[in-house]
Amino acid sequence: MNQKINALPETKPAPSRFRNTIGKYIIKRNSSCIACGKCAELCPYGVHIKPENHIAPFRPVEHNCIGFDCKDTDHYCIEHCPEDAMTLKANPLLETMGDYRWTPEMLLGHFAMAETGCAPHVDLEYNLGNSGGGFDKMRFKKPDSTLAVNLSDEEMDTSIELNKTGDGRPLKTISIPCYGGGMSYGSTALSVIVGRARAAKRLNSLTCTGEGGYPPEFLPYKDHVITQVATGLFGVREETIQNCPVMEFKYAQGAKPGLGGHLLGEKVTEAVAKMRETVVGRPLFSPFPFHSVYSVEDHKKHVDWMKEINHQVLCSVKVSTPTDVDMVAVGAYYAGAHIIHIDGSYGGTGAAPDIAKKNIAMPIEYAIPKVHRFLVEEGARDKITLIASGGIRNAMDVAKAIALGADGCVIGTADLVAVECVRCGNCESGRGCARGIATTDPELGYMIDEAYVEQRLVNMYMAWRKQWCSLLRSFGLKSIKDLRGRSDLLIHLDYLDEEERKQYQPAPGYKMVL
Amino acid sequence: MPKKYTIHTKPAPPKFYPVGKYATIEFRENCAGSCKECVKKKCVYDIFKNNYLHMSNMEEPEYLYTCNSCFRCIQECTKGIFSRVINPEYREIGDEYYTPDVINRTWYQAHTGSIPVSGAGYRGPFAGKGFDSMWTDMSEIVRPTRDGIHGREYINTCIELSRRPERLAFHEDGSLAVTVKPILEIPLPILFQKPKFGVLSKKVLVSMLKAAQTIGTKMFMDAADIDETLEPFGTVIIPVVKKENFHEFTDLLKRSDMVEIDYEPGIETVLDALKTVNENLVISVGLPLSANLDYAGIGVDLSKTAMDTLHVYADYNGREFNSQNPRFIKDMLRDIHVALVKAGTRRQINILASGGVSMAEHVNKTIICGADGVVIDRPLLLAMECRLCNRCRNGLSCPVNLETIDPEYGSNRIINLMGAWRNQMLEMLGAMGMREARRLRGEVGRSMWFEDLEKESFAPIFGERKVSLDVG
Repeated sequence: MNQKINALPETKPAPSRFRNTIGKYIIKRNSSCIACGKCAELCPYGVHIKPENHIAPFRPVEHNCIGFDCKDTDHYCIEHCPEDAMTLKANPLLETMGDYRWTPEMLLGHFAMAETGCAPHVDLEYNLGNSGGGFDKMRFKKPDSTLAVNLSDEEMDTSIELNKTGDGRPLKTISIPCYGGGMSYGSTALSVIVGRARAAKRLNSLTCTGEGGYPPEFLPYKDHVITQVATGLFGVREETIQNCPVMEFKYAQGAKPGLGGHLLGEKVTEAVAKMRETVVGRPLFSPFPFHSVYSVEDHKKHVDWMKEINHQVLCSVKVSTPTDVDMVAVGAYYAGAHIIHIDGSYGGTGAAPDIAKKNIAMPIEYAIPKVHRFLVEEGARDKITLIASGGIRNAMDVAKAIALGADGCVIGTADLVAVECVRCGNCESGRGCARGIATTDPELGYMIDEAYVEQRLVNMYMAWRKQWCSLLRSFGLKSIKDLRGRSDLLIHLDYLDEEERKQYQPAPGYKMVL
Repeated sequence: MPKKYTIHTKPAPPKFYPVGKYATIEFRENCAGSCKECVKKKCVYDIFKNNYLHMSNMEEPEYLYTCNSCFRCIQECTKGIFSRVINPEYREIGDEYYTPDVINRTWYQAHTGSIPVSGAGYRGPFAGKGFDSMWTDMSEIVRPTRDGIHGREYINTCIELSRRPERLAFHEDGSLAVTVKPILEIPLPILFQKPKFGVLSKKVLVSMLKAAQTIGTKMFMDAADIDETLEPFGTVIIPVVKKENFHEFTDLLKRSDMVEIDYEPGIETVLDALKTVNENLVISVGLPLSANLDYAGIGVDLSKTAMDTLHVYADYNGREFNSQNPRFIKDMLRDIHVALVKAGTRRQINILASGGVSMAEHVNKTIICGADGVVIDRPLLLAMECRLCNRCRNGLSCPVNLETIDPEYGSNRIINLMGAWRNQMLEMLGAMGMREARRLRGEVGRSMWFEDLEKESFAPIFGERKVSLDVG
């Protein structure tokens, strides 16, 4: 068991699907170039490539260029070009990318991590957004250097336990403190969700079906696929509960708290309709809430029902973040859940009303400490796994969420960014995602394949793991489990005096055009 | 009101290209010419389809406005000739409160009647000023939500404008011992008012009135602006009069079911005089939220007079008048509401609030802060394609020819906007488990406020907050 948990999957380059990548800088070679190959000789980052049998160098690989930082090195191509054929400038395209939560640099940073499996070598701020609050204002304290431990990444433990109840059901450990959020068959391309399952298997983690049924393509990875039971009960069958190691009751989701799901008619293709046992082209509404659950007792009945169908299954309860989220969490615990999964309001991958995403329910940063504290006071904290999601964008957000009191996180949007989602937000319109991710359109579906998704996700999570290991080492911790609830290691910039605040990286706070 | 109130919308495409956020640019001199992989042909949204027509007609190319920002043309062009910028015109429209994004979403709703939906999560700042420092609650497991939007459960958005008696009394035989005046109610907690500036041609006003009539709400207008051509709109119009001029509009007031009179000291005496003109007239008093007025105290005093509805108004952006450091309407409303609750008169009268309501979410949030309903004006102009460019204020021509708008079309766009707003209200009410907009009034328990959440969740961890967020 331990061997499996510690075996880390191999990272290998998984280049962009697109011919022209987007970089922080633009570097151009003009017609004065005499193809001497000096730039290719100099550049250690592979921006300039000139294979031996080629007359001229290839077009510069701009996203690898470190830009003006290169000036101080001895390999600055601009200066060394004998013909002055090179120009370098910041890419103005970045202004048109991203938003307050996912800044352009965070997007590019994740593209790079998914491509290489390492932190980007370009100076990109990929750990902090520009939202001006929550995780973006939190920092880990400066660690005491005497605490640091000298262990390799392989020796560090980033695994978390999913069954802490001691109820005789299987113990389930995942190797990284994250698993994949529900994305349904129908809302997302099949190759994407199967690619996620393949990555989950390699990472020894999990992914989730979402509310769209259980396509047979998941079966080879069934030990790593959570079956979601949501209010519409689409595609929920006895065998899909029997297949899964963990089943998830979705009471609510952060993107549309208190509202039902809605799959547009255009996305209900023949295959989707068959899977969901509905009619082609008809929009599908999931009601809200479960009309069979109006009390914790009703909820317990649901949990018991699932446990009876599969005697090995662990139960996760996914709820949103209302004022009384702490009470809901305790209720879930007493009903026999193994995992309470709280989904904050700022996240979500699928299409949702803008009014709901912005306004309904509280951001996850507030909900985690609230629930953690309440579970501690109730004496239940060590008997249930607390999973947070909804606005967890990067490795440091995961670490901050764990320090605030969660055991681990569920990731959705970052998975999609890893496969080159640019967050244009048009997931729901017409034929769906133009980049082939959130679509069931047969023509757009060709754009993406399972192996690509699998490797990009493995790369991104392994890059994240490196960040977690480095953070843990600096605080003298050997396991990410020891970070849970260590909110004493965090500071919030707005709660510091001006002098103290200067010691930390300031929060980005630039105006964006929305 | 009808048994199940709905607003029927039908698409009303824009007459002018909406100012889109992105402009695609191409360096055409580098184009390969007859490339078989041309990204223009592969655009998922077909935005380049009629490109050549625009060129021959010497029109602005449509793709300046309709780009959906998928980046595929930029990333797939074999020569890399595409790039993208933020449309300079987009940066120019609106102001700090009515941002280009708010304006664009308003146009979208007026066009389609649908609520704005997008994927990939929320994109804005964590919290912000004014209404952006509060969130609404939702119900989970043990408190049922209401499935209003899909029509399975009916959520009532009706509000009253007339005064409610403090209590009923009965004779021994069971008959009523008090006179109950006719109840004036509207099916939507949103009323219209004539904007203070903008292109306000007769056609524009008729568009607004027609929309108000269709959806069953009312519109405030200066009594002096009401002429015989507006007579078909009858009680849709709430004439606004002043203490010194209400005598001039006696006939009009006799025909109306509601009137508004501007507040000034000593106005109480005039209210009874208005009732003598028309005893069933519902009286609203228009009270500016000005720093040099004790609006909460005035509200309490007025609630003890013949006034039915208190209409408080801040500036367009919801700020207090005459103040160097203006408060925001949400906080001012809280004060007024709480003062009336303490005085024991809140249940008898209604509060309407205007200023700062630019999106559907602001309607519910204003009601949570203590209003019964809201009064809007600018969003009505926006629905009719206004760009808030302020050219009209400088005597320049309107870029969307508002003055000649067809009232049929204009009202269609406003109705669409109101339909979309109501559906969004239902989403929020449903999530809160509420079946009545009236129950939301002052219901702060169903909301979460930035200061409270920071205190509850973060103070035990981080201690005392040293930077105060300007949430006003």
